[in-house]
Amino acid sequence: MADRHPLFMPTIVVGGLIFGFGLGYSHMARPEVVLDFLQFDDLGLPFVMFGGAAVTGLVYFLAPRLLDGPPLTRRAFERRLKSFDRNVLVGGAIFGAGWGLSGICPGAAYASLGVGNVTILWALAGMFAGAYVQGVWRSRSDTDDSTVAGAD
Amino acid sequence: MVDPLPLQLLAEYFPNGIARYAIGGLFVGLGASLIYLGTGISAGASSFLESTLSYVSDRSRFQQYAASRDWRLVFTLSIVAGAAIYSLTLGDAFAYETDVQVWRLFAGGVLVGIGTRVGKGCTSGHGVCGVGSASRTSLVGVATFLLVAIGVAQVVAALGVSP
Repeated sequence: MADRHPLFMPTIVVGGLIFGFGLGYSHMARPEVVLDFLQFDDLGLPFVMFGGAAVTGLVYFLAPRLLDGPPLTRRAFERRLKSFDRNVLVGGAIFGAGWGLSGICPGAAYASLGVGNVTILWALAGMFAGAYVQGVWRSRSDTDDSTVAGAD
Repeated sequence: MVDPLPLQLLAEYFPNGIARYAIGGLFVGLGASLIYLGTGISAGASSFLESTLSYVSDRSRFQQYAASRDWRLVFTLSIVAGAAIYSLTLGDAFAYETDVQVWRLFAGGVLVGIGTRVGKGCTSGHGVCGVGSASRTSLVGVATFLLVAIGVAQVVAALGVSP
């Protein structure tokens, strides 16, 4: 990536810092808080996801209309659209089961490490194991060379 | 004269208020938006799992992420650092340790690792960037994992597993 703009990585860093700060502030880095939501003891969690989506929604809508394109890459301002197929439902259900069992999702797990929760390494180890098993299994069974599972 | 019933419901279902959740969510959205504005990238958190495996595995499934693995690693480390900044400034300075049992974290993690990859996204990719894009795929994905997660968490709690 020798032709990357010098401000590319700093932008990723600052964006990640704000993103991680938000996950810490919202208490999503605490599996107990997520489990409290899933058990209907504290209904705050949707405000995190939809609060985030409200900001991205505004930016994703306005950026392509007001700006020529992102200044740091040769990409265009496109919406995050994935093709819909059975995998979205099957994968969503498997992810939901894991989320409901552990109370942790990937971004929140990274943030959980940041707030000092070393025990969360068990969840991260599990996530890597799951991603590896899935990759091995899919590279064996994949005949349709579908697009990258992608930016998430 | 305020009707006490809504207040009661509010206290019952939002024991910690909503500000912490909404403000935290705005920060998450701001971080994702900054990266999008600068680069056009919809940064999700779970692709890091596969892209990082490309450092240790030559499988094409992981190698397809080779071009993005460096910034995904930087993004993830920045999330860790951002949460650490929160903990040091407004939080409890690293005093938190989860009580959720290790087997739940690990087994749940395995399912999360499989599911996010099969389902093309997690709570940030589908939930924040996808929903923000008004993507029907992401809305269906979010509805699916929310409903299943609620069902599983309720069943696990009903079986007496705690924490």
